[in-house]
Order: sequence, then structure tokens, then C-alpha cells
Amino acid sequence: MSTAYLKPASLEDAYTARAEHPDYVLLAGGTDYMVGILHRPAPVGVIDLFGLSALTGIEAGEGVLRIGAAATYAVVLTDATVSESFPSLRTCVSEIGATQIQARGTLGGNIGTSSPVGDTLPVLLALDAILELGSSRGTRKVAYAEFCTGYRQTLLKEDEVIVAIELPLPSPGVQFWRKVGTRKAQAISKVMVAASARGSGETLTDVRLAMGAVADRPIRLGAVEALLEGQVPSLELAEQVRAAVADAITPISDLRSTAPYRLRSAQNLAARFVLQRVEAQA
Amino acid sequence: MKIELQVNGETRVVEASPIARLLDVLREEIHLTGTKEGCGEGECGACTILIDGEPVNSCLVPVAQVQGCELTTIEGLAASCGYAEAGATPLQTAIVEWGGTQCGICTPGIAVCAQALLRDEPAPSRARIREALAGNLCRCTGYQLIVDAVAAAAEGGQS
Ligand SMILES: Cc1cc2nc3c(=O)[nH]c(=O)nc-3n(C[C@H](O)[C@H](O)[C@H](O)COP(=O)(O)OP(=O)(O)OC[C@H]3O[C@@H](n4cnc5c(N)ncnc54)[C@H](O)[C@@H]3O)c2cc1C
Ligand code: FES
Ligand code: FES
Repeated sequence: MSTAYLKPASLEDAYTARAEHPDYVLLAGGTDYMVGILHRPAPVGVIDLFGLSALTGIEAGEGVLRIGAAATYAVVLTDATVSESFPSLRTCVSEIGATQIQARGTLGGNIGTSSPVGDTLPVLLALDAILELGSSRGTRKVAYAEFCTGYRQTLLKEDEVIVAIELPLPSPGVQFWRKVGTRKAQAISKVMVAASARGSGETLTDVRLAMGAVADRPIRLGAVEALLEGQVPSLELAEQVRAAVADAITPISDLRSTAPYRLRSAQNLAARFVLQRVEAQA
Repeated sequence: MKIELQVNGETRVVEASPIARLLDVLREEIHLTGTKEGCGEGECGACTILIDGEPVNSCLVPVAQVQGCELTTIEGLAASCGYAEAGATPLQTAIVEWGGTQCGICTPGIAVCAQALLRDEPAPSRARIREALAGNLCRCTGYQLIVDAVAAAAEGGQS
């Protein structure tokens, strides 16, 4: 049987399609879904969200920046508020894949896949992102921190669509993003760290420190955040962070990296977050 | 399903699965074999074409998604830049002259990607050229001569 193709013209049409066809695949840019397509059985049908105008806008509103789930990375990179208020997200997105991937890939797709190596996911954790999920039953908001429940497991219901990603404004004054991969472009991350803090960074407050590729899902390191909270960045603090990271995570070895390398990199990147603040104040 | 495509300025109608890879439709249904398959996984850029002027990996694009879009493959690149008669853009000529192509598998992807770069940024730095071509792998040239060719085309003022 050949694959059915639905291209909803509105969000309501998309919700209806989802409700009527729980067995159809949701598709955005296809940069995750299309990989290996020839080696899998054809799906019964697809619901294509790419370019759906209700999902592609980026809007700065009251206390929040709202990024449509199907806005491509290329579009995210041209947005002024993203550049001004969320430099960690901007840098992260600019390092995803290469030009060709950025032209099609979307935030909604990164979140939909919820791979432990999804680059934007630790950034969403560090920025307290809220997801808007919609269906014909209505919409609901879920903190990204709660959304990913396990290895590629999420709270998304069968009939739901990720509509938007909301980032609270004003944004944290201190933001950090670093990933380690084999080469600069087109490399799946071995480890990535996103962090943020409020204020100027002389004293760290409301600290968030998140990592990817060190567990079955993107995680916040609560113990490290607690260690940093209210502290003045210093070389000693950076050392304490290294030790706290070692207690907090147990990365694995796989074809992309080894557990010791991942741990060492995670420690160094978390320490770098503190050391950058020390340098900024010197 | 029946799908209507605009390829290199012509309307083509094909019968294909909506999630057939655009790469396969171009090569096997429309017989435009200039676009190459390297990895089939979005990594190598050999299959790069322009969709509404932007470089995209055609191996990752389900064909149904490009209905109503302007597709430019290597075969139509020169004409799309106003060099129909010459048959090659100055950039393409530079790639040949500088030795920026050896086996040639990566070359169509590199040419369309670099052409889009020079359209948007007529005088890119060498670092910028390398960044724009970061999604195009080449196993032969070592990249240096490709970057030289793109830089030379940019310096020539015509691309
Ligand atoms: C060569 C290459 C390099 C890459 N480099 C990186 C990288 O550096 N960093 C990185 O993080 N990723 C990378 N990726 C992975 C991929 O590009 C990203 O995960 C991208 O964000 C996926 O978005 P998409 O729109 O293409 O998703 P799609 O493939 O269209 O969809 C992915 C999944 O999300 C679901 N989905 C999509 N949109 C929605 C929505 N609105 N609501 C609910 N579910 C939805 C789909 O059902 C599907 O399960 C790379 C991929 C390739 C092929
Ligand atoms: S064949 Fe498409 S990117 Fe390699
Ligand atoms: S010329 Fe052979 S891969 Fe580039």
C-alpha cells in the first residue's frame, strides 16, 4: 500500500489529521526522519508540518520569546531577539549540522526526536523553556525539563503536535554553550554543556547547568547548580565543579566516545563556565 | 501520488511515493544524474541542490515537500545565473581551472553550494568559504584547491 500524504493548511487541520490518523508519521524538516528511509518499511502515511505558517513564526511578546516549532534553524539564526537575548541558543544552532541541515532542520524536530545527543535540548533546559503542545482537545504547556522522560521518550500524546517553544524574557544575563565533537560541522556531539545564571555573573544566581550525551536523556545537574548558587566565580570553585560533575554523571562508552573521555570533557566544560566568569571579571 | 515539480525552470510531473527521496526522483525519474549520492544520510553534501535558491541535501527531502518550489540542480545552475550560453558559471570554470575537482563526485554539490554563497556574499573570507562548504565532503582534493577556486571566482568579481 502506498504512503498517504497530508499537508495541513492550518493548525486545526493538523490537529484533525493527528486525531484521525494516529498511525501517520509527523514530519517537519525530515533531517532525522529521512535518514535511513530506504532501509525501513514505508509508513502508512505522513502529516507534513514543514512550512506550516502557524508553526514557523518567531515572536517576542510579553515576558516571553515564542519560537514556532517548525521554524528552521536558518530562520532562528536570523532572528534579532534570539541573537540579543539568547546567545547560547544562537551559538548552539549555528553549530548544528551544516548549511544544508540548517535550511531544513527545526527545533520541533530536535525536541520530537529527543535524542540524548540533541544539541538544543540542554540549552532549552538551561533557559527554562516551556513547550506548547496542541491537539483538537486544546493546548497545554509543559516545562521542557519535564517533557523528556527517558531514552527518546516524551510526554507528547499520540494526537498532539509541538506548537511552540517559549523562552522566558528577560533572559539570563550569563549564558554558556559548548559542545565537543569530532569536527566543527556535521559531528554528533560527544558531550555538550549549556548553562545560565541571572545578573551580571559576579555572583551566580538562579544557576542552571545542563548536559547532553551523558545520560539516557538531556539532564540538569541539580547538585552542581546547588554548589554554584550564590557563589563568586573563582579557580577553587571551578575545581569543586569538576569534582561535583564526576559525582553527578555516569556517561557510557559507545561508538562515538568513551566514558572516561566524556566525563573528562563534561568536567572541563562545566569548569569552563565558571572560569569564563573569572576571566570576564579580571 | 502524482507530483508536479519545477526543475531548472521546467515543469516535470512524476508518479512517486510522497516520501521518495528527492535525490532518487531527480536521478531516476527525471534523469538528471548530475546530482550525486555519496552517503545518503545528509553527511556529505554530494546530493546538494538548490531549493528556492538555498542549498539542501536532496537525499533527505521527501519529494512531496517541494511541490511549488523552484529546484535548481547542477544541470540548470549556469542558466539560473544567466550563463546558459556559456554552459558554466565563472565559478564552475574556476573549479575546473584550479583543479578543485578530481573524481568529481562531490563537485556538483560543491558548485551549487558555493554558487549560493557567492550570490549572498560576493566577497567571502577563506574562513567563510570553508564554513559554507563544511557540509560538503571531498575525498580527493584536500579542499585547498576548492577553496582557492571559490576565492578566485569571488576575486574575479563575476561568479
Ligand atoms: C548530517 C546531519 C547532521 C546533523 N547535525 C546535528 C547536530 O549537529 N545537532 C543536532 O542536535 N542534530 C543534528 N542532526 C539531527 C537533526 O538535524 C535535528 O534533530 C533536527 O532538529 C531535526 O529536525 P527536523 O525538522 O528535520 O525533524 P524531522 O526529521 O522532520 O522530525 C524528527 C522527529 O520529530 C517529530 N516532530 C517534528 N516536528 C514536530 C512537531 N512540531 N510536533 C511533534 N513532533 C514533531 C517527528 O515526528 C519525528 O519523529 C543532524 C542530522 C543530519 C542528517
Ligand atoms: S548523499 Fe545526501 S548528503 Fe550525502
Ligand atoms: S573530487 Fe573526488 S570527492 Fe571531491
